Amino acid sequence: MQAIDTIEGKAYPLGRPNIDTDIIIPAHWLKTVTREGLGKGAFETIRAEPGNVFDDERYKGAPILIAGDNYGCGSSREHAAWAMADMGIRAVIAPGFSDIHAGNAFKNGILTVVLPQEQVDRLMEVAKDHPISIDLEHQTVTTPYQDRFRFEIDPFRKDCLLKGLDEIGITLELDAAIAAHEAKAHVDTPWVEGAAKAA
Amino acid sequence: MATESKPRTLYEKIWDAHVVSQREDGTALLYIDRHLVHEVTSPQAFDGLRAAGRTVRRPDLTLAVPDHNLPTTARADAAGHPLPIADAQSAEQLSALTRNTAAFGVEFIDALAPEQGIVHVIGPEQGFTLPGTTVVCGDSHTASHGALGALGFGIGTSEVEHVLATQTLLLKRSKSLEVRVEGPLGPGVTPKDVALAIVGALGAGGGAGYVAEYTGSVFREMSIEGRLTVCNMSIEAGARAGLVAPDDKTFAYLKGKPRAPKGADWDKAVAWWRTLATDPGAVYDKTIVIDATSIAPLVTWGTSPDDVVSITGIVPDPADLADPARRAAAEKSLAYMGLTPGTRMQDVAVDRIFIGSCTNSRIEDLRAAAAIAQGRHVAANVKQAMVVPGSGLVKRQAEAEGLDRIFIEAGFEWREPGCSMCLAMNPDKVPAGERCASTSNRNFVGRQGPGSRTHLLSPAMAAAAAVTGHLTDVREFA
Repeated sequence: MQAIDTIEGKAYPLGRPNIDTDIIIPAHWLKTVTREGLGKGAFETIRAEPGNVFDDERYKGAPILIAGDNYGCGSSREHAAWAMADMGIRAVIAPGFSDIHAGNAFKNGILTVVLPQEQVDRLMEVAKDHPISIDLEHQTVTTPYQDRFRFEIDPFRKDCLLKGLDEIGITLELDAAIAAHEAKAHVDTPWVEGAAKAA
Repeated sequence: MATESKPRTLYEKIWDAHVVSQREDGTALLYIDRHLVHEVTSPQAFDGLRAAGRTVRRPDLTLAVPDHNLPTTARADAAGHPLPIADAQSAEQLSALTRNTAAFGVEFIDALAPEQGIVHVIGPEQGFTLPGTTVVCGDSHTASHGALGALGFGIGTSEVEHVLATQTLLLKRSKSLEVRVEGPLGPGVTPKDVALAIVGALGAGGGAGYVAEYTGSVFREMSIEGRLTVCNMSIEAGARAGLVAPDDKTFAYLKGKPRAPKGADWDKAVAWWRTLATDPGAVYDKTIVIDATSIAPLVTWGTSPDDVVSITGIVPDPADLADPARRAAAEKSLAYMGLTPGTRMQDVAVDRIFIGSCTNSRIEDLRAAAAIAQGRHVAANVKQAMVVPGSGLVKRQAEAEGLDRIFIEAGFEWREPGCSMCLAMNPDKVPAGERCASTSNRNFVGRQGPGSRTHLLSPAMAAAAAVTGHLTDVREFA
């Protein structure tokens, strides 16, 4: 994972509650066996709307997306995060995120910033003409107008994002603990084992 | 002694039994007992293992089956040879699953196996899903498995790779949400209506950050298949998982299933499963209570699963919504759906009917739909009415009961098992601008095909819409 420190630049002022992952990347794009190239299918149905933010020259190449509540709801498809990363999005600011999508975004080095609706509304306004800056280390979102909004983030995720850590690598360092759990489960719940094959 | 310990919820008990290691920052390493794998969300995970030189840690806890891409037309010729899949990308994704499971030693139910079906149908049906286990799959409807008292939740492909490599996940414990529904259900009110009522009450994001537990007389009395329907739609309210405490119904359902424990293991397992129910005095972070008698047969009107209304109701007016963002969203929804505020839901004509999906494709669902279809015929304005059983075993059971004949004589198509028109990854799609009465779980924009319009409802209501040609109150058929 690529390390994140500060993300600064234009932001797509999308707004809208309940942007589901079918909107972020429709199902017909999921037939791929790789992670690459999904940006061209991102937000396909929204991009079909005249005057949409994604095709507005003002926001071209923006690294930040500002959305409404419950962003990324629905399907667990990580293709949504891959598509966003492929189109250059490195952070999303919204009043709330789906649990699964927030996890997928994190695993692809995309920062999800939760702010109250009124602060999100303010950023939507500012983003029309000005860049926005997100400082992960200090957990703040700032604008050229001296807005300074603090956000909360899970300390583990913050640490991983700042250092660009690989989760599987972290887990494999706990191999002895995993083996100890398996040995205990072998005694306590033996019926759980070997079930993939039918008896 | 156990009697001195703090009362715990079902969720806390399963969580505690699976914590491998607890970090100071609150993140835990959680052991995963069951991993279901399908063709869409796994190719990149297997490639990741390959690139890092890693293996699958516990093939004996991992079960793979194709479901999302498979056409639901015949899969073999008269001689039993597999028929080619026309869509080259689907064919490649399906063959990648065959190759990857062989290369990594993962148990694989192939497209022609009699047990093939939707991951969330076959897990319980095979007895692979068990009470007290942790169940994951690269699919958000893994919440379904909570119906058996398993902690089931959807994961992304990076997590699929993480589970394949380590049999664990790094997670933070969710908050607990009790959803209590008490009282008798009225005529024509099915588990799907209960699920839609809950999603409507919580809102599409109301359960975010929570694991739900369904309690109250409605769920105690509900069949396992009904509980599967309700738990399945937990994610439609944002809850990553939904649980029902395992009881005698659960054990009776699982006993003798192909992959369930046998003999002394079975007895030991049941004794442990009986200890899992939430303790008296345990505290949930949040509780909502719904009066079962207030639930009518429901349909959705918009493009979010919380857009629910009684079948006797009307299309709502966005102007009545105070919040400007919600109002704008509702206006967009209605424009997409081609609906006018004030229209009676029962006056909405439909073009297609889909009975299937991990929400409503089990034998009880097909029986309920067949009971309405029997002796009637699909209306002239309905272009297609499709029944897609959830698995090969469901299909065979239905055929043994003669349900296939009832559907075919009524003008429905009787298909091979798979995800089908729920998400339109295979050739089963609703054309742009057409309207589908669907027993699936999501009415999102474009979900059943680009430009498709979806009304979610129960299997009986879908069958009723098929025979009348418009959304219909199933109680009129009583």
